[in-house]
Order: sequence, then C-alpha cells, then structure tokens
Amino acid sequence: MRALRSLMAGIFAAGLLAAPVLASEEAPHPPAQKWSFGSVFGTYDLASAQRGFQVYSEVCANCHSMRLLHYRDLAGIGFSPEQIKAIASNVTVPMGIDDQGAPKEGKGTPASKFRSPFPNDNAARAANGGALPPDLSLIVNAREGEYDYIFALLTGYAEPPAKFAMQDGMNYNKYFPGHQIAMPKPLSDGQVTFADGTSASVEQMSRDLVMFLTWAANPEMVERKQMGVRIVLFLILMTGLTYAVKRKIWADVH
Amino acid sequence: MAGLHKSEFANPVINWIDTRLPVFTMLQKEYGVFPTPKNFNYFWNFGALAMVNLMIMIATGIFLAMNYQPNSELAFDSVQHIMRDVNYGWLIRYVHQNGASMFFIVTYIHIFRGLYYGSYKSPRELLWMMGVVILLLMMATAFMGYVLPWGQMSYWGATVITNLFSAFPVVGPKIVTLLWGGFSVDNPTLNRFFALHYLLPFVLIGVVFLHIAALHVVGSNNPLGIDVKTPQDTLPFHPYYTIKDSVGMCVYLIVFAILVFFAPNFLGDPNNFIPANPLQTPADIVPEWYFLPYYAILRSVPNKLLGVCLMFASILVLFVLPWLDTSRVRSARFRPIYRQLIWVWVAAFIGLGVCGAHKPEGVWVILSRVCTLYYFLHFLVILPLLGKLERPLALPESISQPVTGGRGGGPLPSGATTKPMEKA
Repeated sequence: MRALRSLMAGIFAAGLLAAPVLASEEAPHPPAQKWSFGSVFGTYDLASAQRGFQVYSEVCANCHSMRLLHYRDLAGIGFSPEQIKAIASNVTVPMGIDDQGAPKEGKGTPASKFRSPFPNDNAARAANGGALPPDLSLIVNAREGEYDYIFALLTGYAEPPAKFAMQDGMNYNKYFPGHQIAMPKPLSDGQVTFADGTSASVEQMSRDLVMFLTWAANPEMVERKQMGVRIVLFLILMTGLTYAVKRKIWADVH
Repeated sequence: MAGLHKSEFANPVINWIDTRLPVFTMLQKEYGVFPTPKNFNYFWNFGALAMVNLMIMIATGIFLAMNYQPNSELAFDSVQHIMRDVNYGWLIRYVHQNGASMFFIVTYIHIFRGLYYGSYKSPRELLWMMGVVILLLMMATAFMGYVLPWGQMSYWGATVITNLFSAFPVVGPKIVTLLWGGFSVDNPTLNRFFALHYLLPFVLIGVVFLHIAALHVVGSNNPLGIDVKTPQDTLPFHPYYTIKDSVGMCVYLIVFAILVFFAPNFLGDPNNFIPANPLQTPADIVPEWYFLPYYAILRSVPNKLLGVCLMFASILVLFVLPWLDTSRVRSARFRPIYRQLIWVWVAAFIGLGVCGAHKPEGVWVILSRVCTLYYFLHFLVILPLLGKLERPLALPESISQPVTGGRGGGPLPSGATTKPMEKA
C-alpha cells in the first residue's frame, strides 16, 4: 500500500515538474520586473502613471482604444479636476445625433469616454492591414504574465533570428506567442517629451505605460489592498479571541 | 385549544409567538440543546462553512443582479461597470467570483470528511445522496454563473460544455438546441443561463434544508464512526459547537479575504478579460479549476460519448457509494487498508485536476487515464472487495470510553486541530 501511495505521489510530482517545461516551448517567460504596486502594501506610482497616460495619448491612442475608461477616471492617477477638464476638452468625441439626424461631434468633458481612434472594428482593421489593435482598458489582466508580459512585449522587439521565416508585414518580438506580431515597434527613444524632465527611453516609456495600463485595468487595487490589510488584521484578532472563548467553553469537557 | 403548543419561553412576546408558531422551540431543539457527539474534530466545521458560503453567494449575487445586464451586447461592459462605477461594486463582484471557488474548496473538504469517516454509511445514506444532489446543483449553478460575464472563456466554455450533450444519440442535438435557445451559444443562451443561475441557488436552499433535516433525524457521524450510546457521548450544540464552528469560520474568512483582496484573479483566466468573440477560439479552452478533474476524465478516453458518460458517472457513482462500500466500519481510523487507499483516491482526484489544466498530449493522456482508472476502480471494485477482505481494528466501546491503545491514529486530526481534551 505504501509503495502504491508513493508511486501515485511520484507521478503527481512528475506532473507538476513537467508543467513549466511544456509551457515554455511557446514563448519565453517574461522576466519579473519590480513594480511599485507589487507588494501587499503596494500603490501606483502616480507620476509614472501620468507619464504613461501621456505615452498612451500621444502614441498608443492612434490605434488602440480604451473604451471602458472615462476622462473623470483620471482622478485616480492624481490629475486635478482642472487638469481633467483641460485634457477632455482637447479631445473631439462623438456626441450622439444632431437635429438633422447626422452624427455629431464635440469637445470632450470629464464624463466623456476615452476617444476611440476608429469608429468600429472594421475601420480599425482596414487601417491596420487586417489586424485589430486590441482595446487596452483591460489588456494587463487579459494576458498571461500580466504587467511583466506587457513590459516584455514593448521592449521585446528585435531582429528575427537568421532562419526565422517572417510573414509579410509582421514584426519579430521575443515575447509574443509565435514571435510574429502585426504591431510595428511602437516606441523609440525620445518619442515623447515628459514635462517633468524624465528621459524618454524606450524602457522608461514602457515602464510608465505599463504603470498606467495596470491602473486602468485595476483602478480599485490600492483601495482594495488597504481594505484587505485592515480586514485580515481584524480577522486574525477575531480568530484569536474566538479561539480563546472556545478554549474556555470547552475547558470543562473531558 | 387542544393543539396549542406549550411554550417554555419566559419572555411574553416570544412566548406568544412560540405558542402559535413554535419556531423558537424548534431552534432551541435543533440548534440549542441538540445532542451532538463530543469528539468532532475541525473537519466537522465544513458543513456550517458551506452554509455560510451559500448565504454570502446569495447576498452578493442579488446586488450584482441589480447592476448586471443579461444581454450579449451589454453583459461584458455591465460587469466592468460594476467593477468601476458602482459603489464597492468591485468588492461585491470579487467576493461573489472568489466565493464560488471558496464554496468548492469547502464542499470538497466536506465531502472528503464524509469519505474518510464513512459518513455515507447506514443510516445516513439518504443524507449523503442529498449531498450529492447539492453538489450537482452547485456545479450547474457555478457553470452558468461563469457564462454571465460573457468573456472569451465564458463563451467558449459554454460552447464546449453544452456541446457535450450532443454526444447522446437521438436526443443529444435536441437537448443542445434547447440549452442554447437557438443554434449556437448566443443571447438566448445568456438569458436563460441568467434566469437559471438566479433560480438554482434557491432550489439549493431547499435541498440543503432536507440535507440538514435528515442530519437532525439520524444525528451526526463522528471521527470514531461509532454510534452515540449514552448522553455522556454528546454535548449540546450550543455553545460547544457554535463556538467551535466560529473558530473555523474566522480562519475560513481569512483565507477568503486574502483571495478577494490580494489575489482576486489568481484563480481566474486572463481570457475572460476579453469580450466574447464567436469568431475567435482561444488557444486553450479550460474550465474553472473546480471542474478540472471531471474535464480530465472527459478527455481521458478518445470516444466522445464514452467520455461524457464517464464524466457523469464520476459523480453519479457517489449516489450508490453507500452500497458499494461493504465494510460496516465507518471511520477510516479503524480500517488500516482503506485509510491508505482513500489517500490514493485523493491523489488520483488531484492528479486529474492537474491533467485537466493541460492539453491532452503525451504524458498527460497517460496520467489522466491512470487516474481515471483508479477513480472508478476505487469505488466499483476496491470498496466492495475491501469490506470483505480487510480486518478492521477493534472499535472503542463508546465515544466517551475509547479502548486504550485501540485508536487507529489517523494521520488527519493531528497538531493544532485536536487537543487532548477534545478527543474524549
């Protein structure tokens, strides 16, 4: 019996060990980066997230929508109401239908949704050689490897290896599954000018962008973790008290 | 007024109500003084925890339904609306989402408790079968709940699982059309799944009530698996087990809170953050973790119909377990061979879960076949034979006077969970 049991345990353990080996055949695992939001007490680096928003607005937003966000949400990365008003009013957004029945556009307000670069998916495909640039509202949560993967993807463009057969119009990326991605290398050094003087290297911009996108996908994270710390501490105290009462009640049972 | 109930409560208001509707007397009888074996270990917390979990699911679910749109065009965005714009919507949703996982963790441990200590044996067969009905209802509810956010995995999971019914000859395709409300998973499917997802938990409450009613007729099993003989063997449910269940509940809430607040998407699938797209199949269609063992059984055989039958059989076999196990000794503590084999079965079940998470290729096919084989062998061959072949250890005379040295010393209730004074 013991032999049978250890055999089963062995097979089980072998299965667990084999898992990462099989997974790694497709694309290399994105290296883990250090993020300010990583720990239990972690928060978003607001300055970084604001720079990330700038990168999104100036670069990514030409092709990628973020349809789940409103300009008012930007308060979550530390923009003031005045700044948000200014940001929104610089954007032209659809405003429904006018009295003649034609689509109307106008200046954005804090209540407006983020402006989408294309009116619909077909238009987006047509403008991008048939590939649909995914919406970025939830992109960090929607990819295996989350923020580390997005960072690795943004910084993972390279020349294809000598014998690698590339399809027309595709670009080589070390971390993209299958290595052929339709999106050309989106960031290059000095592409944006940060107001706070931070040098706009590809790595810096990617880091800031990932900070922004992680916030966009999980805007509740900081409040959630802070609430969680308090609740878990309370529950630990509660467990101790309850256990003490239990000992006392059971003390006379033999 | 011959039939009037004689209430013993001193408080005049309670007495007035209790005389006309003896709910207070009933509560006092079933949860106050209810005689309960005094040797429970912490495994006996999990039934109460499952009950608490069901209530949490219903409470959070009702608030989610107030803001959710069961329409294929709106469902995904309405869930994100809950996460972003509804006050504490993220909290309610993450509690509900992870509550499903907690429900299965708690229920699986509860079932394991039943298997290890022979709680399914006479006279608790019907109690056990009611429990299997609860498990099936839970699975149906969880499956339909997972479809509601209308992400990629919701959509494709629903497609794969509903398609399984098409394997049955003649009626199969008709059943699938009925489930879909059309000819593919679409808006009508989402509509009916939402309706049923809201309905089934209340059916669940009904069966849970029967499960508990039956329990209160036959009484609880206990770690020794022997019958209660004298009042010395029992304690009133309150305060002894209300407080012991409270300790378990605090620990359960800590685990729950860690999941909700620090890793709310740990058990989820990234693909479900992408809106459902009927034109694009995800690379890997995987069900939620609690269905992985059954998914592995399904895929362990190359024939679709046989796979589907095996998958259903893996649950249905539990219905006849009380008659498959021929041993009259309940607790594994006194069954030296069963005590080993139940762990092999657990290893096979977990092994199946691991297999279910991987593509059915190479070693995973072999492993899932070995585990499936043992899963069924255990119930259909080993348990019937073992009851005849195994020599159980001497049973204690009673719960309050166990024979010295005769205790099987199971590997489970060790360390902090059992203090000497509780072993009795």
